Amino acid sequence: MEDLKLVANNMRKNIVKMVHNAKAGHPGGSLSCTDILVALYFNVMNIDKNNLNDTRRDKLVMSKGHASPALYAVLAEKGFIPEEELMTFRLINSRLQGHPSRKNCPGVDMSTGSLGQGLSVGVGMSIANKLDNNEFRTYVICGDGECDEGQIWEAAMAAAHYKLDNLLLVVDHNGLQIDGRNEDVMNTAPLGEKFASFGWNVFGVDGHDIDAVTEACKAAEQIKDKPTVIIAETVKGKGVSFMENQAGWHGKAPNDEELAQALKDLGGE
Amino acid sequence: MAKIATREAYGKALAALALENPKVVALDADLAASTKTIELKKVAPERHFDMGIAEANMMGVAAGMAANGYIPFASTFAVFASGRAYDQIRTSIAYANMNVKIGATHAGLTVGEDGATHQMLEDIALMRAIPGMTVIQPADGIETYATIKAVAEYKGPVYIRLGRAAVEDINTSPDYKFEIGKGVVVHEGTSPVTFVATGVMVAEALKAMEQLKEQGIDPTLINIHTIKPLDEELIIKYAEKSEYIVSLEEHTVMGGLGSAVAEVLAKNCPRKQLFIGVQDVFGESGTPGPLLDKYGLSANKIVEKVTEFVK
Repeated sequence: MEDLKLVANNMRKNIVKMVHNAKAGHPGGSLSCTDILVALYFNVMNIDKNNLNDTRRDKLVMSKGHASPALYAVLAEKGFIPEEELMTFRLINSRLQGHPSRKNCPGVDMSTGSLGQGLSVGVGMSIANKLDNNEFRTYVICGDGECDEGQIWEAAMAAAHYKLDNLLLVVDHNGLQIDGRNEDVMNTAPLGEKFASFGWNVFGVDGHDIDAVTEACKAAEQIKDKPTVIIAETVKGKGVSFMENQAGWHGKAPNDEELAQALKDLGGE
Repeated sequence: MAKIATREAYGKALAALALENPKVVALDADLAASTKTIELKKVAPERHFDMGIAEANMMGVAAGMAANGYIPFASTFAVFASGRAYDQIRTSIAYANMNVKIGATHAGLTVGEDGATHQMLEDIALMRAIPGMTVIQPADGIETYATIKAVAEYKGPVYIRLGRAAVEDINTSPDYKFEIGKGVVVHEGTSPVTFVATGVMVAEALKAMEQLKEQGIDPTLINIHTIKPLDEELIIKYAEKSEYIVSLEEHTVMGGLGSAVAEVLAKNCPRKQLFIGVQDVFGESGTPGPLLDKYGLSANKIVEKVTEFVK
């Protein structure tokens, strides 16, 4: 497990470097979902270099597409893309688009960026897996602010209606969105109760505890006839002192001094 | 001559296709009896998915099923498909290059009594503007059947524009062949006038041409079932032989077939063009015949306008 913490730490360094290099991007919400991605890609999903191009495997939809730096960072950790390619993020002719594009980048299972759409896609993948009578699972990560979108709730209804116990949603509950705190911008609380009333199994975990996220994902596999949502309590900007819990770091690039400080916070180069 | 709505043919074609191809699935948004996806449900209930009155979600679910190798036909009325779910079609289907077929029924004025909220007149423009989207509007039941077979074999997103009202079969020739992106010359005329029509306007154009013949005007009629990619070669070929082009569509004259034709001709072979279509207004309640007439799309109105145009 200590190794996975190092993986997460390396991803965080890459995230701030990528956004710094591109002079654009979304560090706050990328840093908040980093540990969730580590748990999913290293402990939960059956995905590796050998089955990457196979549609018959577990899939992940990064519905909060602006957290693309975190997604690309984990794909690099898995060896699906070269780590040095991360520095092409958001630059012209790059495979690493500002928001993930499945046509461009290996390992990206769905193109996202317009919020609220990924859970529906996850529902479609899960229905397909049911039709195929296979054991593959679909994972969707969405933001808490993203839950403002009506389509999330359309999809939540459909997932419960079709008893998609092969679908798992993780809500990256960092409490902040662009304009400020969730409860000030648009109150979605109580999120867990809302999903429960839509017919979902609900788990709550510390979203920075890789073991806890892993255990919740494994426990979800035992839940039958209903989809599971993990409300992962997270800190926006996690790991970088001046970004933590600051809505202002939702979509802003650090300058040279800020990058140096961020890397220092993360334990050096 | 058989008379059947293109949506009816759509349902029958879907059911037949589902029996042949286990990867074909249908999604609907609480309109299965109207869009006719219910026909697939009768033969393959396990492959029919009602998403309720939630079109945005339906398009995303279709994208997800396509990602896992299925061929989803997602259906609802054209106004909800292309209007309400535009962003889902753009991002989750087209940008992601998903093999989703959108069966958009109840397009145009001939929806009738439901009125303007349900009469989609802008969808060709909206869908044609999306990169990678194929846009097809069959003219009759025969062509609809051929369309559904063809799009199932084609890999990529397709928007299929279908109608509510019954239309007469026109593609009855034994030589009739459907190919995505290839226009059909329905009548080779002797006058320097070429009609380029799509959907129900092909039949309306034929009626108008009977009357025009009495006045000594004998236009060529091209049926453009595939509005995108457009059969540019065919349109240029006939424009070169013509002085006058008449585009006919049950759609606003902004951004639809007429615009697509004008874009091609402006670059290659500029001609005077008469745009038969809805002139930047919403429709209203009524029955199809009087509606087509009031908005200038009936055979009689076509005759009046064309006579004036070629004078």
